[in-house]
Amino acid sequence: MKPAAFLYHAPRTLEAALTLLAEVAPQDGRILAGGQSLVPAMAFRLARPTHLVDINGVAGLDRLAIDGNVLSVGATVRHAAFHKADPAFGVLGALLADVVHNIAHYPIRTRGTMCGSLAHADPASEWCLTAITLGAEMVAKTAKGARRIPAADYFQGIMSTALEPDELLAEVRLPLLANGTKHGFYEFNRRAGDFAIGMALVTYRVENGKIADAHVGIGGIEGSPRRVPEAEAALNGQAPGKVAFEAAGKATAAVVDPIEDTQTPASYRRDLAATVVSRALERAAA
Amino acid sequence: MTDHFAGAKTYPVPPTTEQRTILGKRATRLEDPPLVSGRGRYAGDINFPRQLHMRMVRSSMANGTIKSVNVAEALKVPGVVAIWTHEDIKELGPVDFRADRGAEILKPYRQPVLAKGRARYVGDPIAAVFAEDPYVAEDAADLVEVEMEELPVVIDSWATPGEFEPGRSTEGALLKHSFGDIEAAFKKAHTIVELDLFTGRHSGVPMETRGALGYYDATKDILELHGAAKVPHRNRETLVKMLGRAPKGLHVHESHVGGGFGIRGELYPEDVLVLVAAMRLGRPIKWIEDRREHLMCANQGREQRHKCRIAADENGRVLGIDDEIFHDQGAYVRTHGANVANRTLCMMTGGYDIPAYRGIAHYRLTNKTPCATYRAPGRYESTFVRERLMDALADKMGLDRIELRRRNLITKAQMPYLIEFEEQGVEELLYDSGDYELLLDKGLKAFRWKEREAECAARRAKGEAVGIGIAFFVEESGRGPSDGAKMSVDVNGDVELITGGASLGQGFETSMAQIAAEALGVDYQKITVVHGQTDRIAQGIGAHAARATVLTGGAVNETALKLRAKALEFGAELLQLPVGDLDIVDGVIVKKGAPPGGPSLSLGDLAKKLAPGAKLLNGRDPHLAVEAWFNTDHTVFPYGIHFAQVRVDRQTGQTVCENFLIAYDIGRAVNPMMVEGQLVGGCVQGLGGALYEEFAYSESGEPLAVTFVDYLLPTMREAPQIDVMITEDAPSPMNPLGIKGAGEGGINGVGGAIASAIDDALGKAGAVVQLPVTPQRMKAMLA
Repeated sequence: MKPAAFLYHAPRTLEAALTLLAEVAPQDGRILAGGQSLVPAMAFRLARPTHLVDINGVAGLDRLAIDGNVLSVGATVRHAAFHKADPAFGVLGALLADVVHNIAHYPIRTRGTMCGSLAHADPASEWCLTAITLGAEMVAKTAKGARRIPAADYFQGIMSTALEPDELLAEVRLPLLANGTKHGFYEFNRRAGDFAIGMALVTYRVENGKIADAHVGIGGIEGSPRRVPEAEAALNGQAPGKVAFEAAGKATAAVVDPIEDTQTPASYRRDLAATVVSRALERAAA
Repeated sequence: MTDHFAGAKTYPVPPTTEQRTILGKRATRLEDPPLVSGRGRYAGDINFPRQLHMRMVRSSMANGTIKSVNVAEALKVPGVVAIWTHEDIKELGPVDFRADRGAEILKPYRQPVLAKGRARYVGDPIAAVFAEDPYVAEDAADLVEVEMEELPVVIDSWATPGEFEPGRSTEGALLKHSFGDIEAAFKKAHTIVELDLFTGRHSGVPMETRGALGYYDATKDILELHGAAKVPHRNRETLVKMLGRAPKGLHVHESHVGGGFGIRGELYPEDVLVLVAAMRLGRPIKWIEDRREHLMCANQGREQRHKCRIAADENGRVLGIDDEIFHDQGAYVRTHGANVANRTLCMMTGGYDIPAYRGIAHYRLTNKTPCATYRAPGRYESTFVRERLMDALADKMGLDRIELRRRNLITKAQMPYLIEFEEQGVEELLYDSGDYELLLDKGLKAFRWKEREAECAARRAKGEAVGIGIAFFVEESGRGPSDGAKMSVDVNGDVELITGGASLGQGFETSMAQIAAEALGVDYQKITVVHGQTDRIAQGIGAHAARATVLTGGAVNETALKLRAKALEFGAELLQLPVGDLDIVDGVIVKKGAPPGGPSLSLGDLAKKLAPGAKLLNGRDPHLAVEAWFNTDHTVFPYGIHFAQVRVDRQTGQTVCENFLIAYDIGRAVNPMMVEGQLVGGCVQGLGGALYEEFAYSESGEPLAVTFVDYLLPTMREAPQIDVMITEDAPSPMNPLGIKGAGEGGINGVGGAIASAIDDALGKAGAVVQLPVTPQRMKAMLA
């Protein structure tokens, strides 16, 4: 469990980091941020990057601030930054605080980063689910420029994203949530802190006693997290409650294409999809 | 007492804790200061100048012929000193197992130090790289090219046996334990229940992985193995044989050990290699196992299938248990031979008075990691099976689970209770003492069984799946035959106690110091306890099978009493008082009942007066130092009951243990705080085997749990409230302190109790047939 040899770079500016990345990316050079996924993979020699570009010392990447109607999260902002709901972030702050406690364990949350999780794109990542459910935008930068990638176009399967090898995910932009937005998160795993076997994040508003603008996202069930329009349709216009929530769960189970692993058959995750969606909705209503 | 004890030495009932000074008290652990302040010295902390690092090249195939091993590229890596394959060490025999019944027939199944033309599990060592640093060693190991030809694999122990090698079956042995007329028992039975049960493969996973350092001290011609644990003396015996060295030329040293659980400290191929390489390469060799290797290569256990049945008369009296076991030994026979299968067989009837029993075990080799003992070997398995049968029988007969057990428990009047097996050479069991029904009553009360039954029923009525369960078990500990200790007091009054015991973190030093302090009459904190050093004492039993406290503790007691006698003999001469008038209090010989300031002599001062040449000696041996032995022919049998309350989430299939109670009779506790620690720690491990941990394998023999992402150890967050009730109602008559072992009582019945509680939660007796009960299996069960 000793990593293979690699060259380590520690640039101090974003420009220097991007220039380096452009140089080393073709030789499997990688960004090192919190290192909570990459470093273990290197220890197992499952990843053998020849270069590591450590961005922890890059000025400005730790920015966490509101820009108009979005929350901007820089590349080195740790999970732990969301442990306490910042009142300035409104409902979104409460949602992030609710979700973050499900990410691994405390020491990991003090090192790992939101952008790192999004770049890694594990199907069981809570932040990937959050990004897709809320409709976040990824800001990818290279030495030549920057582009914005909507979450819907960003995730491309298990640990696969729209990012190019020379692109740094410099920032993720999460839309703020209107006051009064209901939100609920439910994750199932065998032990606290483990990767989710299945999870759901939901938001909706209540207008005239009916559900409006429902967002239902599932993670850990398929190769990438995604929203479930069928479940959202089952909710919009209905009164919040057991009947609607279970209908949304059923609608989800009917349309998912679950991943399988040696312990878990597809049928298990299909059932679980219904459970996590309806439980997330119950939590939102509570 | 009946004549079952004829010929055995028995002892009177020992004093209770209240009558003691330090023995039996919740004394603070002596060994903790370095451990809790980051100053421990584990195998990884040991370094020798000029040491080389060893890295193993392991098989990636579960069964295959090794066609070639090409080391040319690997040897070119700067810093690589040597790379060995079997060819380089072919004079070494396979790793031996300790004496075991039926040993001869198992010898062909032993593991070579490096694979000999054939690898039999994923992880089987094929080559060893020696290099200047561990990174280089791992780089080079990656470059070793192993060409193999795949052979068919045997994965399930109950499948038709395959061929281990031409003409040799993968069924290494067929073992049998029986008594009474089993056929007649089933013929006349009123009720028969049959079950097909599985215990999943799991093991002890200590925080510290294995580690070994070989060091050759040319100035003394002594080869040293550091990083040893558990059984240093026995490993030395085996190593001396394997390496052909004189015993005086090989020593084994234990440092701090980060958990043992039966698996750490056994002799493995890597231990042998570091010694051979230290000699041959002329440099110290360090090997530290990584976690992935640990989960692929260290001893595993527990995997058995039981096709079992139980017969009872119309009153619910059990007439017989009949069990056919398929025991998965993995790829090779390791240090314990067929011990685990045999312990499963002999402990099957547990605490019940059952007239007929037949157990047959197919001891089979598979293409998975080899197995040996893991905490409560054979007992976790047999308790699960027996208690499953009892629950299913109660249900079928419409009897209360507790009432059925009560009707069948061995009574206090039947103690000592002898179980003799018909098979020649199979050791009898002599349950030395116990009041099983008393513990049952106390346990039911402490757990609030009746109240909980009602509470669970009320919650079930509201839709929850919640229930309670029970498992009754008998443990075995304190196997002899003999252990010794040396003890001396220096001129400062400090006491050195040298034992052949071992410490795996369980508090060995504290418990030995407490026993010695009580017997001698000194502050236990003045005692330094030496263990795990073969150059300090010639013999040692180590720490396994819950025997350290009983056996080494017995030796320490004898030794301390002998030292006390010597001190009092000289004290009497110096103080001019009869021995009978003297006592030793806090390390000072005083006149009994005398007020402070009366005649006294400290042990330190007495040690000064006993220097060699002193006139006082008058022909007697100098120094305040003695050596003594404790011998026993019989094991002792603690017993316990596990009570569990669980909640099942029908939607996800997740089982959560809400509450647990361990009721355990230990005879006499040396330190109740440490006993509780042993029991609670064991219980959490038991929950692992019942609900979380499993070494699963693919159909091709690929291990599926080689990291902590897939091998799920329960953490603090999964551990329920675990209550412990220690009773001392049945001290052992087999040793003077009345003590019985504590190491395995926390884990023994967990699988059984959790299964029982799940059945209750689901309202379906006999529902749980397989451990661990994963959410996925639960969903399949509910479907």
